[in-house]
Amino acid sequence: MSQLIWNGLFVGSFYALVALGYSMVYGIIKLLNFAHGDLYMLGAFSGFAMLGAMGGLVKSSSLVALFVVLILTMVATGLSGVVIERVAYRPLRGAPRLSLLITAVGASFALEYGTRIVAGPNPKVYQVRLDGTALHVLGALITWQQLALMAVSIVLMVALNLLITRTRQGRAMRAIALDPKACLLMGIDVDKVISRTFFIGSALAGAAGVMAGGYYGKIDFLMGFIIGLKAFTAAVIGGIGNIPGTMLGGLLLGLLESFGTHFVGGQWRDVFAFGFLILFLTVRPTGLLGERVTERV
Amino acid sequence: MSAGKGATVQDPPVKPVKGRGPTFVTRFLESRHLGWAGLAIGLLAPFVIATPYAMDVMTSAVVFVMLAVGLNIVVGYCGLLDLGYAAFFAVGAYTSGVLSTELKIPLLATVPAVIVVTVLAGVIIGGPTLRLRSDYLAIVTLGFGEIIRITANNLSITGGPSGIYGIPGLFGDATSSQVVFYYAVLLIVAAAVLLAARLGRSRIGRAWRFVREDEDAAEAMGINTYKVKLAAYIAGAIWGGLAGVLFAAQLSAISPASFTFLQSALVLMAVVLGGMGSTPGVVLGAIVISLLPEVLRGLADYRFFAFGVLLIIVMIARPQGLWPHRSRER
Repeated sequence: MSQLIWNGLFVGSFYALVALGYSMVYGIIKLLNFAHGDLYMLGAFSGFAMLGAMGGLVKSSSLVALFVVLILTMVATGLSGVVIERVAYRPLRGAPRLSLLITAVGASFALEYGTRIVAGPNPKVYQVRLDGTALHVLGALITWQQLALMAVSIVLMVALNLLITRTRQGRAMRAIALDPKACLLMGIDVDKVISRTFFIGSALAGAAGVMAGGYYGKIDFLMGFIIGLKAFTAAVIGGIGNIPGTMLGGLLLGLLESFGTHFVGGQWRDVFAFGFLILFLTVRPTGLLGERVTERV
Repeated sequence: MSAGKGATVQDPPVKPVKGRGPTFVTRFLESRHLGWAGLAIGLLAPFVIATPYAMDVMTSAVVFVMLAVGLNIVVGYCGLLDLGYAAFFAVGAYTSGVLSTELKIPLLATVPAVIVVTVLAGVIIGGPTLRLRSDYLAIVTLGFGEIIRITANNLSITGGPSGIYGIPGLFGDATSSQVVFYYAVLLIVAAAVLLAARLGRSRIGRAWRFVREDEDAAEAMGINTYKVKLAAYIAGAIWGGLAGVLFAAQLSAISPASFTFLQSALVLMAVVLGGMGSTPGVVLGAIVISLLPEVLRGLADYRFFAFGVLLIIVMIARPQGLWPHRSRER
């Protein structure tokens, strides 16, 4: 029982990290960034490439190496996110929503199959495998590595929350989410803030990618597809556009999946999650913490 | 390029210029007889090349046209993004496959059941999500596509990962010649294309376009936008399901691997490339997308990457597609 809860919370913290990027981008420009899951994949692959470049250093101190790679990858995926926004989304600002969604699908496709061209179609095995001695806490098996990864996720989420609620930059983001036109009139450089939002969201997804690579040990170029869907589900459960809600949603989805897998069977895990998404959209589309949005004409 | 809110396909500005009607090319592209010409090309194609490989490729292309025209009802006419269209394709193929192999009946006899099941699936997915903002639909359909694929992979009645095989032909005889089958498929699909085009010009078709252009205005004019959107979604589902029947008949074996997100994305690509809402454009787009891999075999690795980039370029540079829809209502 406590093992199920722990597994759920652990997986859920990954979901929450990826979902945050979704939620931020949606909150600020009302775009479902389909390419977001692929940035997670890109993070895993760039982490893989960097670990490969570091070579012998990795073996001696795997967790430290992974931490360094994590930071570098966050910068790399963050920049990729900015480039994608600049190339694929910015030219279409003000265009109909359908066009934006379609370019997002195109961006996702280009990332997936671009990675396939570069890295090859076969799954890669991470050089660093995080499995260590387990602790027994209330009947659950918890490894130190799990604890470390969980701690990193929590630190990142807390940092993000502080950034959004306490800084000038965060205030600008919240303002744009409310009314981009008024922000322009108030002298906020909207494009720049949107770029930064993409940077932060993509960096978080990249971090989750590296951690997932290190934890699960295997990565492939389509790994971002399912996680993107899951992250969206998490964002919807918590209330898309709402940062604490999204974190809650991620953890909740992890728990749901963990229990669902236990009671229904592992092969139905994804069906269970998406079924829940549809159910949630039917019953409470604004999510647990989301506010009811009235669309003005 | 600064399109107004909700204007997916832009009509060119109409300037009453005296003494100059539409150009020859425009008149040619808008000709009503073009559809018959296209059908004639399809009918004559086997006389040009009739190797088993060519017939197979052509039949696949025609089935793909059916899919694209069905998705065009949802995406093109009504402006709803469906990213799990392969799910309806799968539902149709599996329903007919399971029924025909279990009950030993020809595939054509399963069509009523297929229609019922696909409509049901359309209502289950569209019902809750179409009340929300339209971008939710995109991601829910994406999830739905996965649900169907995983379900087919895990149930025993659908044969699990290896799928169903030994599906009888359209008329119950798996041995009928490829050419006969090609003609049967061609005529069925031609009827479906014609029907979709007529639907687009009907009363509900006008309502679809109105909803696409400006949902709030449509609602203010007394259109029940929810019902109209649901109707588009269900129509798309039926077209997809019937295409699935043809697919099952062609291959006589189906497996979950045929119904991935890639398939949905390719159909979407055909619709976007050809021109959302334009029947001739979509037919052309579908033929191009389905024949391109045969022509460019060597570039298989780059193909999907190029598709992704092309989607972005088309949306930025030419959102109305290669062969845009031109409104007759002026």
